[in-house]
Amino acid sequence: MNDMTPIQTTLKDWESDQEVRWCPGCGDYAILKAVQRTLPEIGADPAKTVFVSGIGCSSRFPYYVESYGFHTIHGRAPAFATGIKLANPELDIWLVTGDGDGLSIGGNHTMHLLRRNLNCQILLFNNEIYGLTKGQYSPTSRLGTPSPSSPVGSVDRPAQPAAFALGSGARFVARGFDVSKELSGVLKAAHAHKGAAFVEIFQNCIVYNKDRFEDFAAPKGAEGNQLWLKNGEPMLFGSEKTGGVKGIALNIDHLHLEVVDVFDGDWEKAGVIVHDVTNRAIAHMLVEMPFGPFPMALGVLYDDPRPTFEEELLGQDAKVNEGKSHDLAKLLAKGQTWKVSEGGPEL
Amino acid sequence: MATILAESDEPAKPLANDVPEAVVVRFAGDSGDGMQLTGGQFTLSTALAGNDLATFPDFPAEIRAPIGTLFGVSAFQINFGSTEISTAGDAPDVLVAMNPAALKTNVGALKPGGLIIVDTGEFNKRNLEKAKYEVSPLDDGSLAKWDVLAFDISALTVEAVKPFGLGNKDALRCKNMWTLGLALWMFERDRQPIIDGLNAKFKGDKKVLADANIAALNAGHAYGETAELAGPLKKLHIEPAPSAPGLYRTVTGAEAVSYGLVAGAQLAKLPMFFGGYPITPASAILHNLVKMKEFGVTTFQAEDEIAAICAAIGASYAGQLGVTSSSGPGIALKGEAMGLAIMTELPLVIVNSQRGGPSTGLPTKTEQSDLYQAVYGRNGDAPIPVIAARSPADAFEVAIEACRIAVRYMTPVILLTDGYIANAAEPWKVPDPANFAEFPVTFLEEKNGDNGEVLPFKRDDRGVRPWIKPGTPGLMHRIGGIEKAIDTGNIDYSPLAHQTQTDARKAKVEGVAASIPDQEVCLGNTSGRLAVVGWGSTFGPIHQAVRRMRAKGLDVSHIHVRHIWPLPSNLGKLLKSFDHVLVPEMNTGQFKTVLRDQFLVDARPLTKTSGQPFTIAELQDAIGAYFDGVPGNEGGEVDADDVQLPSIKAVNP
Repeated sequence: MNDMTPIQTTLKDWESDQEVRWCPGCGDYAILKAVQRTLPEIGADPAKTVFVSGIGCSSRFPYYVESYGFHTIHGRAPAFATGIKLANPELDIWLVTGDGDGLSIGGNHTMHLLRRNLNCQILLFNNEIYGLTKGQYSPTSRLGTPSPSSPVGSVDRPAQPAAFALGSGARFVARGFDVSKELSGVLKAAHAHKGAAFVEIFQNCIVYNKDRFEDFAAPKGAEGNQLWLKNGEPMLFGSEKTGGVKGIALNIDHLHLEVVDVFDGDWEKAGVIVHDVTNRAIAHMLVEMPFGPFPMALGVLYDDPRPTFEEELLGQDAKVNEGKSHDLAKLLAKGQTWKVSEGGPEL
Repeated sequence: MATILAESDEPAKPLANDVPEAVVVRFAGDSGDGMQLTGGQFTLSTALAGNDLATFPDFPAEIRAPIGTLFGVSAFQINFGSTEISTAGDAPDVLVAMNPAALKTNVGALKPGGLIIVDTGEFNKRNLEKAKYEVSPLDDGSLAKWDVLAFDISALTVEAVKPFGLGNKDALRCKNMWTLGLALWMFERDRQPIIDGLNAKFKGDKKVLADANIAALNAGHAYGETAELAGPLKKLHIEPAPSAPGLYRTVTGAEAVSYGLVAGAQLAKLPMFFGGYPITPASAILHNLVKMKEFGVTTFQAEDEIAAICAAIGASYAGQLGVTSSSGPGIALKGEAMGLAIMTELPLVIVNSQRGGPSTGLPTKTEQSDLYQAVYGRNGDAPIPVIAARSPADAFEVAIEACRIAVRYMTPVILLTDGYIANAAEPWKVPDPANFAEFPVTFLEEKNGDNGEVLPFKRDDRGVRPWIKPGTPGLMHRIGGIEKAIDTGNIDYSPLAHQTQTDARKAKVEGVAASIPDQEVCLGNTSGRLAVVGWGSTFGPIHQAVRRMRAKGLDVSHIHVRHIWPLPSNLGKLLKSFDHVLVPEMNTGQFKTVLRDQFLVDARPLTKTSGQPFTIAELQDAIGAYFDGVPGNEGGEVDADDVQLPSIKAVNP
């Protein structure tokens, strides 16, 4: 997030003249629209907005947004973003990556961007597959995923993006999915967070991993399968239609979360906990909460800002530089020097 | 090598009363003995005495190798004299060996009749065994062809620092200062600058260390006074070298590169962003630049080599001068990102402090074997300008030139130095940055299309695209690594786009040749029997070898190339005006291949990959071979003594 004068724009202003080249039906279209809808609402300035990406389907994103955009190389977008932000902290940076780009070849850079807390938004499109290279299993593919490079099923255990981010020291972790109406709200929260804001967006790859997230993303039964977290509100999900209202409680004896039934709306009696976005311990439990026995935790899981990398680094530089001469000639002539005159050297 | 007053074909003549015009001293000891510090301080005193000088620090890759071992020996060689000095010297006149291992690994290089100073306190059974001596060389007559001065430096040092109540271990750490004191006496050097330095370094509760070290320094100096009467120890006064009037200081290549980059950014009127990752021997540049932030420098220690260059490219994209630096293995990792900088046509300076390779190779030893990597080492047709520094002082100008090419041509530029240049020090006539021509950058501020559109890849008459900073209102656009359409830069894989853009990128880099000076001959005629063509840090030994051979009347010239890619426009014609072209380089013949490819000349290689710089003698030997049967040639005989073998023989005896 940047402190800048809000600019009046519309969704149309954020559409570039480039033809969108994703497969018809790809979840990326919905994410693009959500972003283009969000940018006017947060008063973003196209001239000060930079979309930076790596390589992969998701990384084509910058071409389609009418702002500054840099489509870089595989996995390295966080490093480019770091250089851009340090060179000009006024720029508002959106980093667009995928599960292969951001967690496999670029996992290292993602980790370091998060621990340093560079002020930017990281949108990691997780489709659990390599799309642009035609369907190989990715670091987030579920165990046993059959693919051209794992014909009898993958044996690698998948990485969990949100858990990875939190473990790397992220101060903002959120989740959403491509066609969700809530996605724009998540993006706004990410933008409002000063520091590295990590958003995992489940994204449907229509060609190589179709409907992978239908179990929780499908509108039918969504209420019972999705836990949309809201700061200061009890962690409730489900309704009479989905088998009753339920909530998430903390089992103090065994230190884990559990699903409890809520009767007559009395969630306090049922022991349901209230979401506190600054509670790092609960955040660790939420990012690890398996779908199935639990609903999918969505929305802002954790949000507790700390000073940003560029503030710390450039601030330290400014302090150190205070009152120092900018005269290079002086610096070169500093230290132990001697003069040679026509008559020979002298100290 | 200091600023040269005038090129001279005069042979090196001994001065009257047998005082040589130059002396080579090598300090060798355990890597924990502080030999690099001793050498550095001695260098300073030498510079202050007005001698020209060149140094060669030669240390192991291990930070603290096991004490007393052969592989743990650290050495520092300095050549200084009353005449122009451009190499660290072939064979030492004086060897200071602080332990048996240091003696064993270094004595072979010493000139016959040279002086050996050893610390007998370290010649105990255990250390002799570690150095694989069965009998002490001090007792078996094996050092007969040299003068040996053996005494217990350890005990003398402990005695000298006794009043300060240091433990035995700390007391012995002052040995290097005792030795330095002796060396300062030998060459009639002023102790005061060293004493001032020690007082400045150890202050407050550490003052006792300053006092102890000064006491050791003084004791070593006093020992010279008393020992003179009896031993082979002689006082030697080397006259100051003639050099151009002006202010001087010593400078290492790493320092000069750092200063040059900052000066280059200032001349371009840009802030500078440096992305680096620790690697030997390139880290010194990062260490220098973090101390220069007040000059608009931001430094970023990245998580790896790739992130270091990517962040630098990001900064260039955002309108600063991006710089990254590494050594061979790190440069290999940066290759893909260099391709992106080429493709997106963003300025960037990449400094490669070369070391022995491949892979980890010889981290602390010098080599010039990354030339292919620099010129050719990327996927696709990926042209990049490459320039090389020939000495520590030259690195300043070369760094400025790298910045100039990068911003003028919107291209990454590779600056080659090597481990030798990075670490070696030489006197430097302090330049005034104001004397360099400015090359201020202008960013595109308004739409540049005829129909009011933004054309990020619209090229000017030199084929250069505009630099557009994100943040500029109305100029929003996208760039990336995918092939792009003419002018707009939009994604375009079409045959026409790729052919046109590949040609344009090639033509742009080749066009850099129009902005660089013609190649000059730095010593000798512009045509004749033999041209010795060098690049990079071989300058010193080639220059001295050619000077000496010319003094014998041989028709040989020295050409030293700064611009490796593109090559100066006149170079082909120049080389063809010689009967023979000899290319000495510290690799297996890489520049030779480039010259053959570009000019179809019969360039012959003289190669060396021992991790050590060329000696003057081995170059003279190679030059002499082109003059067999030529009147005036002394049959390839050289001034060298018999320990100075050409590299092949030295490596495979």
